[in-house]
Amino acid sequence: MQADRLDATFNALADPTRRAIIARLVKGEASVMELAEPFDMSQPAISKHLKVLERAGLISRGRDAQRRPCRLEAAPLREVTDWLQRYADLVESRFQRLDSLLEELKHKEKRHGRNK
Amino acid sequence: MAGTSSGKLVVTLPSDKEILLSRVFDAPRHLVYEAMTKPEHVRRWWACMDGSTMPVCEIDLRVGGKYRYVTRMADGSEFGFNGVYREIVAPQRIVHTEIFEPYPDSPSLCTLTLEERDGKTYYQTLVQHETKEARDMHVSSGMETGAGIALDRVEAIARSLATPRPGEPAAARASEI
Repeated sequence: MQADRLDATFNALADPTRRAIIARLVKGEASVMELAEPFDMSQPAISKHLKVLERAGLISRGRDAQRRPCRLEAAPLREVTDWLQRYADLVESRFQRLDSLLEELKHKEKRHGRNK
Repeated sequence: MAGTSSGKLVVTLPSDKEILLSRVFDAPRHLVYEAMTKPEHVRRWWACMDGSTMPVCEIDLRVGGKYRYVTRMADGSEFGFNGVYREIVAPQRIVHTEIFEPYPDSPSLCTLTLEERDGKTYYQTLVQHETKEARDMHVSSGMETGAGIALDRVEAIARSLATPRPGEPAAARASEI
C-alpha cells in the first residue's frame, strides 16, 4: 500500500511543470491564474497538471468557487523524503566512518611523504 | 525527481530505475580511491551498524575481477553483496555490477566517479537497476536494516567515530577468510 502511495507521488513529481508548481506552492497558496502566470501555458493546461497533483494528494483546492486556491499537502511528500532519508542516513553513517579513515590516511601520507 | 540529503551526502532519484549518491570528501582523490578499493580500508567503514563486523571483504580489482562484502550484524545475521568489475580507470572511475545476495536475480550496475578539485574529492555513484521495483527495494533496504536505528542514534554513532576505535581487529579477521 505504501508502495502505491509512493508510485502516485513519484508519477506526479516526474514532470518539471508540476515540480515548479510545487515549488511555487511552498511559498503559500495560489490560484490557477497565479500559477499559470510564470509558465508559457494556458490555464486549462495548468489545470490538468493540478488535477494530477490533486489525485496524488500533493495539493488540495479551496472551496471558494471563483478562486479555488491551491495549497500544498505535505504528508505524501514527507513520506517520500522520509523513505529516502532512511537510506541516506544509512549510507551517510558509513561515509562518516570513511571520513575518519581518510583523516588518518592524510596524516600518514604527510608523515611519510607522498613519493615513497 | 525526489531528493534528500543526510549530512553531506545527497541522494536523488534521477529516474524510475536509478539512485544517484553525491558527496564531497575532504581528502585528495588518490586517498579516497585507496580507501574505497583496498580491503584493509573498506573493512574500517563499510559495516556501518553499531556492533556489526565484516567477516568477508574480498576485492579483486581488475576488469572481470570479483568482489564480495559480507556484513555480520550484532544479532548474528549476515548479508552480503557481490559483483564484477566491468571498467576501471584508477583513480577516477569504476563500473561494477552489484548483487544484494538475498536477491540474486536483481543485479544493478554502479558507476563510481571521483573528481578532485582544490584538494577535495567529489564522489558520485550512479546505481542503475533493471526495474523500478528493484530500485525501490534497494532504497527500502535502508529502512529494513536501519529500522532499529533512530536518527539520534545515528548522531551518537557519528560522534563515537570522531574518536579512534581501540584495537580494530581488521588484520586478525583478514586471515580468517
